[in-house]
Amino acid sequence: MSLINILILIVSALLLRFAFPGKLRRWALLVVSTLAIFWLQPALPIRNMDFWFPLATLGLILLSWALTADGDQLKQKRNWLAVALTLAVVLIIALTRFISFEGLITATRPPQIHQIIIALVVFISAAYLLTRYANPTETALSLGILALLLIFLVLKTPILSLYSSMGLRRLMAQDPALAQSTDLGWLGFSYVAFRLIHTLIDRMMGRLKDIQLDEYLVYTIFFPAFIAGPLDRLQRFRKDLDSPTPLTAQEVLAAGKRLAIGLFRKFILADSLAIIAISASNTSQVNSAGWLWLMLFAYSFQLFFDFAGYTDIAIGAGLFLGFTLPENFNRPYRQPSLSLFWNNWHMTLTQWFRGYYFNPVTRGLRRDGKLSAPMTILFTQISTMLIIGLWHGVTRSYLVWGAWHGLGLFIHNRWSAFSSPKVAAVTQSKPWLGNLFQVSGILFTFLFVSLGWIWFSMPTVGLGWQTFTRLFGLGG
Amino acid sequence: MMTEEHAHENQQTSKFIRNVLIKGVLLFMILNFLTALIPAGSSLGRLSLYNHVLPGRVRLPFGENPQQAYNLSLYDLEVMFASHEIEAGPKPDDEFRIILIGDSAAWGILLEPQDTLAGLINQDNLKTADGRAVRAYNLAYPSMSLLKDLIILEKALTYQPDLIIWPVTLQSFPNKIQIETPLVANNPDRAKSLIEAYDLPLNPESEDFVLPTFWDRTLIGRRRAILDATQLQLYGVLWASTGIDQTYPEDYTPAQLDFEKDDSFVGWYTGALPLNQLATNILKAGAEMAGEIPVLVVNEPILISDGENSDIRYNFFYPRWAYDQYRLNLAERSVYADWSYVDLWDIIPPDEFTNSAVHLSSEGSLIYYQTLKPTLARLINQ
Repeated sequence: MSLINILILIVSALLLRFAFPGKLRRWALLVVSTLAIFWLQPALPIRNMDFWFPLATLGLILLSWALTADGDQLKQKRNWLAVALTLAVVLIIALTRFISFEGLITATRPPQIHQIIIALVVFISAAYLLTRYANPTETALSLGILALLLIFLVLKTPILSLYSSMGLRRLMAQDPALAQSTDLGWLGFSYVAFRLIHTLIDRMMGRLKDIQLDEYLVYTIFFPAFIAGPLDRLQRFRKDLDSPTPLTAQEVLAAGKRLAIGLFRKFILADSLAIIAISASNTSQVNSAGWLWLMLFAYSFQLFFDFAGYTDIAIGAGLFLGFTLPENFNRPYRQPSLSLFWNNWHMTLTQWFRGYYFNPVTRGLRRDGKLSAPMTILFTQISTMLIIGLWHGVTRSYLVWGAWHGLGLFIHNRWSAFSSPKVAAVTQSKPWLGNLFQVSGILFTFLFVSLGWIWFSMPTVGLGWQTFTRLFGLGG
Repeated sequence: MMTEEHAHENQQTSKFIRNVLIKGVLLFMILNFLTALIPAGSSLGRLSLYNHVLPGRVRLPFGENPQQAYNLSLYDLEVMFASHEIEAGPKPDDEFRIILIGDSAAWGILLEPQDTLAGLINQDNLKTADGRAVRAYNLAYPSMSLLKDLIILEKALTYQPDLIIWPVTLQSFPNKIQIETPLVANNPDRAKSLIEAYDLPLNPESEDFVLPTFWDRTLIGRRRAILDATQLQLYGVLWASTGIDQTYPEDYTPAQLDFEKDDSFVGWYTGALPLNQLATNILKAGAEMAGEIPVLVVNEPILISDGENSDIRYNFFYPRWAYDQYRLNLAERSVYADWSYVDLWDIIPPDEFTNSAVHLSSEGSLIYYQTLKPTLARLINQ
């Protein structure tokens, strides 16, 4: 997202809060967020996909909502109003094809109207049928989750995205030979999928009831957090959505501070560090290990400032709109252990995995009793981190990155269990040793995490290994 | 309902925000105004990480694709020189300093630093008769304009050179292209003062000059220049860690060997080359400016094609009629003005040119240096 995009979104948030201080805010948010997902989607090499992907996002949200809804919700005017309003926005965007030969709201000219109408009819009919007949049964919800995971897999697996791109190119009468695995840049899908899966699981577990379509839509495509999170919970988000308050000076101050910090982190610090950060192209050109370390640390901080900066911007814009989005980072590089690092890095994602994978699996394994406690920890830590790795992309490099952290967490867990009583005893008599352990823990954790970023930043494991060895003065 | 306490707090915060905004806007305006008072090319540009934290660059910064070249083009000569190794410190007593100016061929497009003329001189570890170590500095810059060379020379003379090597080619001579090159156009004060001081036949009021308005000189107006200067510092880390300062593509389009039946040169056609429209006076100005310091003018090697219509053109740049007259004229002028001059136009075989009729391969560059070396040796020991 460019600085101009962000400034427009911030101003939109402020205007929206001023213009719609009461209950109309949710509808205004629905309209603006729908517009935003079309506007933010960049142009793609496959014709019209900058329109079809945002439309598919809306379609998936509608279908997921339909899976969670029961027949009675079809009787509620509010849900039909949400459909009508979203439909109107989509059709207005579609009609811009008659005003401009280039994209006015979308990156390129929208596709032909009849194609859009067919797609809308298909989505709405499918949603209607699901709501009418499927009811939120466990099977239906599980199938919904599976479908989302399947799309996720296709988008994140290079070979599958390549085949999909070839198929889409054929459909659009474009040369499939030019297809690339990077063609399917579906903006915000990762976060949308996680939000939807969260609602489907919570519905299945009975933790979520009576969701209205408008709040479901606004929650999933809430424009400040659409691209880079944080991942909020619908139950929490709903509280803010249902209680609009007038903008206070304190909120303006808090939001302004967050936005200023976020813009500084992203556009000054992260973008500057990006120039000197380690990358696939420069790693083999560097002629000494010292410089390579410097560039690796630059990458560590670039990643943090980039991501944390976006989160600050999302939280700041959210505050302007009257929403207190959850925090995503809490000084992660100042944590004395790897487990504390993961409690403070991309917190909403790790909480998501903890809630929907780690805790249930650990409970299941413990109940089962077939694995010893350490083996249970080993399995859950590694599998959780592997899945988090794969969430970034189904490649060997991300898998190694996941394994690196999974093993690191396991080793830390065991070491901690072994050393904690001894450390406590020693530091009781010599408190300065406690400070020393703390500082060394911070440095060691930062070093471990930074070395892990090698696998994250390199496109292949081979290049990652080459970089890794060169850092220690080995290899070519 | 908002309690009275909350209302009071809200009022206080509103006042605070209002004050912050007013002070912020005021400070920003003052800062902009103060920045506008700083003249372009001020010594502030000399603040640099190069030669302090990072090693100086061996060539002046130039790069069209910074992310791959780890280098970028900018027009502030102070910033450019501050990033160069020549700025590293005072000239050592035991150094015989050679400064090379010129165009992209001298800068070394597609050549690694050690393969440029300056690099080859340095690798040869030459010594003067009195035992001083010969050290060459590459201050060439990739664009063809003698006025650009003169601007750089003026600045370079502050670094106490003992010899100046000035490779030239016909493309740098026409008066009409002297000012339009961005480095000249964006340094109007320096260029105008040289035009006036040396009575050069160029228009000091040319529309090609980029004349900054008051707003262009404010912080907002200078944001691009500030960003470029900052990014140049950051790219210094990559330059220091890789030694790379330009892109070295695996494939490039080789210099053209076949031509259309076209005898034009910058809008002139077969006939007498309009010598009064060539900026030969800039060479004279350079020699005057250098004073006692010897200036070696080199007519740099060009590609001599044997392809289609090569009877009309030597290469993409030059029709034969124009280039032959230029060579003759330059030779005559050098004798008349008593310049040290060597004409190396045809010493390089066509295979040793890369992506242009003046850009050499490393082998070509070596031939160039070895051919030049006897003249160089003579001048060094003069």
